[in-house]
Amino acid sequence: MSSSAAATFSSLNAIPPPPSSFSSPANDKLFSSSFPAASPFLGSSHKPRSCVLSAPSPGRRSHAPVVAATAPNAIKEKLAQSPASSSNLLITKEEGLVLYEDMVLGRSFEDMCAQMYYRGKMFGFVHLYNGQEAVSTGFIKLLKQEDTVVSTYRDHVHALSKGVPAREVMSELFGKTTGCCRGQGGSMHMFSKEHNLIGGFAFIGEGIPVATGAAFTSKYKREVLKQADCDHVTVAFFGDGTCNNGQFFECLNMAALWKLPIIFVVENNLWAIGMSHLRATSDPEIWKKGPAFGMPGFHIDGMDVLKVREVAKEAIGRARRGEGPTLVECETYRFRGHSLADPDELRDPAEKARYAARDPVTALKKYMIENKLATEAELKVIDKRIDEVVEDSVEFADESPVPARSQLLENVFADPKGFGIGPDGKYRCEDPKFTEGTAQV
Amino acid sequence: MAAVFQAFGTAAVLLPANDSRVRLLGSFPGRKANVFEVRSEKKIVSDATRVSGRGQHLITNAVATKADAAAASTGSKSGHELLLFEALREGLEEEMERDPCVCVMGEDVGHYGGSYKVTKDLAKKFGDLRVLDTPIAENSFTGMGIGAAMTGLRPIVEGMNMGFLLLAFNQISNNCGMLHYTSGGQFKIPIVIRGPGGVGRQLGAEHSQRLESYFQSIPGIQMVACSTPYNAKGLMKAAIRSENPVILFEHVLLYNLKERIPDEEYICSLEEAEMVRPGEHVTILTYSRMRYHVMQAAKTLVNKGYDPEVIDIRSLKPFDLHTIGNSVKKTHRVLIVEECMRTGGIGASLTAAITENFHDYLDAPIVCLSSQDVPTPYAGTLEEWTVVQPAQIVTAVEQLCQ
Repeated sequence: MSSSAAATFSSLNAIPPPPSSFSSPANDKLFSSSFPAASPFLGSSHKPRSCVLSAPSPGRRSHAPVVAATAPNAIKEKLAQSPASSSNLLITKEEGLVLYEDMVLGRSFEDMCAQMYYRGKMFGFVHLYNGQEAVSTGFIKLLKQEDTVVSTYRDHVHALSKGVPAREVMSELFGKTTGCCRGQGGSMHMFSKEHNLIGGFAFIGEGIPVATGAAFTSKYKREVLKQADCDHVTVAFFGDGTCNNGQFFECLNMAALWKLPIIFVVENNLWAIGMSHLRATSDPEIWKKGPAFGMPGFHIDGMDVLKVREVAKEAIGRARRGEGPTLVECETYRFRGHSLADPDELRDPAEKARYAARDPVTALKKYMIENKLATEAELKVIDKRIDEVVEDSVEFADESPVPARSQLLENVFADPKGFGIGPDGKYRCEDPKFTEGTAQV
Repeated sequence: MAAVFQAFGTAAVLLPANDSRVRLLGSFPGRKANVFEVRSEKKIVSDATRVSGRGQHLITNAVATKADAAAASTGSKSGHELLLFEALREGLEEEMERDPCVCVMGEDVGHYGGSYKVTKDLAKKFGDLRVLDTPIAENSFTGMGIGAAMTGLRPIVEGMNMGFLLLAFNQISNNCGMLHYTSGGQFKIPIVIRGPGGVGRQLGAEHSQRLESYFQSIPGIQMVACSTPYNAKGLMKAAIRSENPVILFEHVLLYNLKERIPDEEYICSLEEAEMVRPGEHVTILTYSRMRYHVMQAAKTLVNKGYDPEVIDIRSLKPFDLHTIGNSVKKTHRVLIVEECMRTGGIGASLTAAITENFHDYLDAPIVCLSSQDVPTPYAGTLEEWTVVQPAQIVTAVEQLCQ
């Protein structure tokens, strides 16, 4: 496979994946009948430098990792790329409308969150996603319901894109029992079993191993449980600050080692609260860290949903085919502060203005109108519909009940016998006060 | 690491029982057979014939575990003999055969067979993916186990030494314990985290840690400690079948205990304590390796005319306050013997729980013997003095019963 010279998006070929590490050449499918003797060597096929490899697979000396494909503006200074240059890409009208609606939903919802926060309807740490919608929409709208998404504390829009109803997300933010996590998670812990959203994590980096585990399950189902059609992928979203964290590197290693079906998406918005990415990172080009672990690394313009979508297609396809993980660095920006409690004084207004001019929602709108995919009126209909959805979600959340005391102890253990045996010899969960939430545990 | 368990094979052990169940250790080549190494003023040398001077009928298992109590009391020869690490492996293997979603992950669990051979040959039988050799990244592979558990698998994560799980504290505390709750009950995490801990023979401070005190506050997890081959297998199986995250504490020095266990399938309850020796004068609560120091001391105490009741609490979180409470109500005196650190250890929590619930039944303050609050020294003599020795237990009981 040749590498394309032009930096377009069919450039997964630019870095050759490690050669197949199965011992028998005929057995190069990932769906091997892996039981005892035929068990494929689960590990890197790169030959160590000096010693003879004693593992079953002889392996080949790998090619020196080639610099993976990048968008032309890999360097931070050359940021002024016009969104309209994505006009070479084709999306259909239907696809465009779906993308537009999703991004408008994300934007309107987050704006409403800010309002509600300042009106005292939600509390704590609330991190808004304004400006980054292209990344969420670009990736998640390509996924199936069975695919898994793992996010961080900036997770409202990931939840919405994945399909969690706005009502449930807003209720959760209000701390009501109708929220997607019964009001027990809050802004930073959005979960949905139905839509396969496994968090929502407050500490950065701690979701990445969980995502790796979800990808491991997918591979396990295919290879051990013999569900040959299981091609579920996992997408892990996290930020630039996380990329200096050990868990990130440990999981890049494991995912590449076992060829897990996972896509690591870095939402590089240049700032970790008040710490500029450039002040925190010795080599700020995060995409380069992928090839160091044996997976392709991409750098793309995260303010342009169409560009994100094209690379996402490649990465997701790669994972589905069993070829392993991909690292995608999306250059993006958050229009608001880190959280609603952040005064956002450190960032240069000129920088903010530059990115505001690349607003992904207006960019897509402009693209669709210019390319005759939709009229202004059609898009306004969508805007209005989304406004109604968001208003409705607030009403629903307002009217929903707060959790009753009885909910306090219910979900601590999946098996409530875990509360143990009380002095009277009965399991504590059998105590009638347990269901009232007043039992002594 | 493989050499470790070989060298430490001769832990001082006595399983109190009628004759047919006595098992003494020290059957390794090069070591004297049937010798207890009790590092106290009195060197006790014992063999099978001397033990029978008690004449009491003793039950080694929890009151609630039915089938084997009958087998033990009849002194039948059914069942098979094995060592504790083999019992763990047997339990693990049976569960892996029973449910294909059960898998193991950890360092050197696969091809190496586990640093204490708990997973020996399992990778050959079940494949490299089901018995996964991980890179040295505790936090991440524990998190990976949690993610796998949330998406349908039932992983067992092995910490090569429990102390290494300190590196996984982020995942164990934040994700393992909490995610069932913060997801509103949507995701369950049926993970088992296990590994050897405790003070070994001159392993040094960092390899001699007791993490039960650090983990006990984490809401949403259960902690159990095994001490005999019987309960090791039973607890392993119960932990795997449990829908809750369970941390199973094993002890480096107990892996070579030998016992005869039933051929039939059985599991032990995760929440129940085990009555080791019923008695009248004082309740001694203990777990893991200290059980053996206590039983060693019990021999001396019986010779002196005391009648201690020994309970292996087994469930470190939650405490089985029923068994413990009944005992306190009977004897009115409590001695806790543990290997945990004094400060904030399991003993401290247990003292608080008993005081809260059974204060009226106590005739004397609860005495808690724990390890010294020092990093475990390398020197053998110093190390001896950091953990509780049988002589101290005898003294404490004598004082308590005055």
